[in-house]
Amino acid sequence: MNQAHIDTTGASRGSFKSYATGFILSIILTVIPFALVMSGTLSEAAVLCGIFAAAIVQILVHLHYFLHLDTSSAMRWNVLAVLLTLLIMTLFVWGTLWIMGHLNYRLM
Amino acid sequence: MTIDASTIDTFARKEIEHPDTVANHAFGFWLYLMTDLVLFAAIFAAFAVLSHNYAGGPTGKELFDLPYTFGETMFLLFSSAAYGLAVLAMYKGKKNSVLTWLGVTFLLGLGFISMEVNEFYHMILSGNGPQRSGFLSAFFTLVGTHGAHVTFGLIWMVTMMGQVVIKGLTVPVQSRLMRLSMFWHFLDIVWIGVFTIVYLMGST
Repeated sequence: MNQAHIDTTGASRGSFKSYATGFILSIILTVIPFALVMSGTLSEAAVLCGIFAAAIVQILVHLHYFLHLDTSSAMRWNVLAVLLTLLIMTLFVWGTLWIMGHLNYRLM
Repeated sequence: MTIDASTIDTFARKEIEHPDTVANHAFGFWLYLMTDLVLFAAIFAAFAVLSHNYAGGPTGKELFDLPYTFGETMFLLFSSAAYGLAVLAMYKGKKNSVLTWLGVTFLLGLGFISMEVNEFYHMILSGNGPQRSGFLSAFFTLVGTHGAHVTFGLIWMVTMMGQVVIKGLTVPVQSRLMRLSMFWHFLDIVWIGVFTIVYLMGST
């Protein structure tokens, strides 16, 4: 029993290579946005685009290399749950900003 | 057939878990993480609404120290990678190696939370606590909720180190270690959103 291994965990197995790749990419994708903001050379719009792009790519890197999320059949339901959650999150955040923005505009 | 207390006790000690149960537990935990993400989305939305309500108080640009936040981010990222190494050691059945990497993960996580508590402490001390403005209320709620998750993750990690020592790398223990792995990587993902939206956007 002590030597038993679990075959499946709902998350496919990572390898040293996948963790190392994810780690190095994450460091690069963290240094870039901090450098963009701290250098202060670019325009505000360019900086915002840059930091959001870096954040989205880094989230995908984490999902792929650390949580091993992919399109395999074993992960299908996990991916579906993520997509449903993204829909709910979009409604939450966009709906809140829309309503509160209008309230602010009409009352101020 | 009658089952007395001693039989039940034996069943409990053996810690038998069917492989399907392991996968179901992982998926169930994944669904919990998704609901947690909805919680964070609600707090992020509140922060976005309140992020410019300074009430004459300090702005993010005046409060945030980006090299400090970068240090916190590195602590959390390195701890995520260290947990990855703990999982790899677990696959190979190397108990001591698992314990070492869990210990490293714990210390790096503790470093992150200590830096955050220190930041909160100095902000509150200089009169910029959550009661100062809408922006700061939202800031403390969002960053504090993430910090509370990390703290519970650390408690869970100590518990798992105890289980690895006492029970060894049994299937249920491995299954729990995998769920903690999901939780820990998930918190790192949420932190990407926090440092981007709160700290970096607040400093531009």
